[in-house]
Amino acid sequence: MSSRDKILAAVAASKPEAKPLPDIEPFKHIGYTDVLAQYETVLTTIGGAVHRVNNWDEIRTIVSEKYNSQNVRVLSLVPELDDVATSAYEINPSAHQLADVELSIIKAHFGVAENGSVWVTEELLGHRAVPFICQHLAAVISASSIVDTMHRAYMRIGEAEYGWGAFIAGPSKTADIEQSLVLGAHGPRSMTVFILND
Amino acid sequence: METTTTQDKNPPLQGAGGSHAELADIFNKDEDRVNWHDETLWWIRAKRDKSVHQLPEWEALREAASNIKFNVLSHLDIYLAQFEAAAKANGIIVHWAADAKEHNEIVHKLLTDAKVTQMVKSKSMLTEECHLNDYLATHGIEVIDSDLGERIVQLAGEPPSHIVLPCIHKKKEEIGDLFHMYLGTPSNMSDPQFLTETARGSLRETFLTRKVALTGVNFAIAETGEFVVCTNEGNADMGAHLADVHIACMGIEKIIPKREHLGVFLRLLTRSATGQPITTYSSHFKKPREGQEMHIVLVDNGRSIQLGREDFRNSLKCIRCGACMNTCPVYRRSGGHSYHTAVAGPIGSILAPNLDMKKYADLPFASTLCGSCSNVCPVKIDIHDQLYKWRQVLVKEGYTPKAKTVAMHVMATTLGSSTLYHAAGKMGRLTIKYAPFAVNNKLNPWYKNRDMPESPKESFGEWYAKNRKK
Repeated sequence: MSSRDKILAAVAASKPEAKPLPDIEPFKHIGYTDVLAQYETVLTTIGGAVHRVNNWDEIRTIVSEKYNSQNVRVLSLVPELDDVATSAYEINPSAHQLADVELSIIKAHFGVAENGSVWVTEELLGHRAVPFICQHLAAVISASSIVDTMHRAYMRIGEAEYGWGAFIAGPSKTADIEQSLVLGAHGPRSMTVFILND
Repeated sequence: METTTTQDKNPPLQGAGGSHAELADIFNKDEDRVNWHDETLWWIRAKRDKSVHQLPEWEALREAASNIKFNVLSHLDIYLAQFEAAAKANGIIVHWAADAKEHNEIVHKLLTDAKVTQMVKSKSMLTEECHLNDYLATHGIEVIDSDLGERIVQLAGEPPSHIVLPCIHKKKEEIGDLFHMYLGTPSNMSDPQFLTETARGSLRETFLTRKVALTGVNFAIAETGEFVVCTNEGNADMGAHLADVHIACMGIEKIIPKREHLGVFLRLLTRSATGQPITTYSSHFKKPREGQEMHIVLVDNGRSIQLGREDFRNSLKCIRCGACMNTCPVYRRSGGHSYHTAVAGPIGSILAPNLDMKKYADLPFASTLCGSCSNVCPVKIDIHDQLYKWRQVLVKEGYTPKAKTVAMHVMATTLGSSTLYHAAGKMGRLTIKYAPFAVNNKLNPWYKNRDMPESPKESFGEWYAKNRKK
C-alpha cells in the first residue's frame, strides 16, 4: 500500500462525524464609509507611500523626480509609463537579469482597503520575480478598483485562472532583530501605490 | 562568497535532554533577559489586541474560522484527494510522506535528481519538526535558511525558539557577534538596520545562485489545487521565483476547502501573530512557472493519529500564528527552547505528546492553565483544556515523573481527610514561623525566585471558630 493510500485510509478511519461549512456570506457585506481614505491610512501605516493622481502625467512627474532612468535601471510593465523607464520589460525566462533593477513599475488589479494591499497576477508582471527583486516597487491601481475587505477581494477574484498571484502590502520588512522594524528585508525597500482617479 | 555555517552540528538545545523545568531554569538564570523577553512578547500581544479591536466582527470571524476547520477535519480525506487532483491538473507534482523519515527522503531525492548540493529554504516549521536540515547535512547537502530570524539561529547552531519570531530570545549584540564571525561585519556592530542590510546582501547572493528552493505552506485550497505562502520579508518568493525547482512541504491539516475561505484566514492570521493587518506578501502558487518544476509534499507524521484522538484532534485546527505563545505567562518567562520541540508554547505542548508521550510528558505541565491561549486563538482551539486532558492521559499511562506522582498521592490523601488536613495546615504555619529555613531552600520548588510568605497565626477555620460567637 502506498503512503498516499495509507494516509488517506488512516485519515478516513480517524475523522470525526461530518460538520457543515459555516455561512460566510455576512462578512461580504462589511464595508467602510470612505474606502479610499481607509486604504491610504492603512498603506501609510504599514510603511507604504500613496499618491492620488488624476492622470499619467502626474505619475510620470513623481517618478522622474525621484528616479533618473539614465543613472538607475527603471523597469516598466505599464505601457503608459514606458517613457520614464530605462526599458520596457522584455520577455526573458531568467529573472537573474533583473538583479540590478532599482525601480519596477507595475499595474495591479485592485487594492484592498482593510490592509493596504494590491492584488497582482503574473500576466501583469512579465516574470514572477519582478515585484521582489527590485530595490523599490511602484504599483498603479484605479481608484474605483479598491474593495473594502478580503472577503470582497476574493469575490472579485472569483474563479479567475492564474498561475501565480499575490497580495502585496507595503515594502518588504522584518523585525527579527529585537523587534526593531527594518524596511527592505529581501524585497523592495519601498512601495509606492499610485491611485489613479477615474 | 560562501560562508561557513555551523548548521552541520546538532542544535545544542534541541534534544539535549532536560525537562521543561530544567531548561527553563537555565533560561531563568539571567533575570534581566527573562524580563526583557517577557516584556517584548507582551508588547506583541498588545499590538495584536489593538489590531483585533479595530474589527467589530472579530469574534464572528474566529467562530467562522473554527467551523471551517471543523469541516476540514471531518472531510480531510476527501479534501486531500480533491487537492491532489486539482494540483496535478495544474502541473504540480504531488508526493505523500507518512512520516518525517519519508518526507526527508523525498526532499533528498528531489535534490539528487536536480543534481544539487545546496538549497535555499524559507520558513517551514514542518521541516523543523522533521529535522530536515540535519538529515540533508548528513547527506552532504547544505541548506541556507532565508528568513532573517531563522538565518540568525542557524548561524548560532540553534533551533528557532518561536514559530513566527525565530530569534526572539537573542539580543542584538549577540546577533552582531554572529555576523562578525560568519558574515564578516566589523565587531561590536549591533544596529538592526545595519545587520539586516548585511543579511540582505548575503542572502541575495544565495537567492541568485540556488537552483532549488523549499518553502512551507500556510494554506492549501482543495478546490483549486493552489497553495498560499505568507511572508513579510519576501524570502519565500525570492527563493521560489529564482529557482528551477520549487518544493513546498505541508502538513495534511493545512487544507482549506475553497479560495473564498482565505478571506477569513488571511484576516485572522497576521493580526493574531504580530498585529499587522496582513503579511507583506500573501503568495498564491497555482502552477509552476514556465520551465519550472513545482513539487508539493503532503506529510502525515502523526497527524492522522491525532485526528483519531477525540480530546486532542482540535489541535490540528492550528494555523501557526504564535498568539498562544506571546500571551503565555510560562512561555514568556521560560523561553521557547525550554520546550525542547519544534513548535514551542501552549500549542506545541499539545502537539508534541502525540508524537512521543514519553519524551514530551513534561510539556502539558508547563502551563498555569490560565486559559489566555484559548482566548486569543484565532481558530478557537481549547488549548488549556487539552493541556489539562493530556495531564490526565500522561498520569494514567505512567509517563509523569515519580516525585510528582508521589507528591500528588500525599496531597490527595491529605486533602481527603479533615484530620490530616488540619494537622498539615498547623504544621505548615509553625514551620514557616519557627523554622523558615526548612522551606526557604532549594529543595522546595515554591521557593525558586520568591520568598515564602509570612505565615498567618491561625487558619481561617480556627479564626472562625473563635469569632463566630461574637
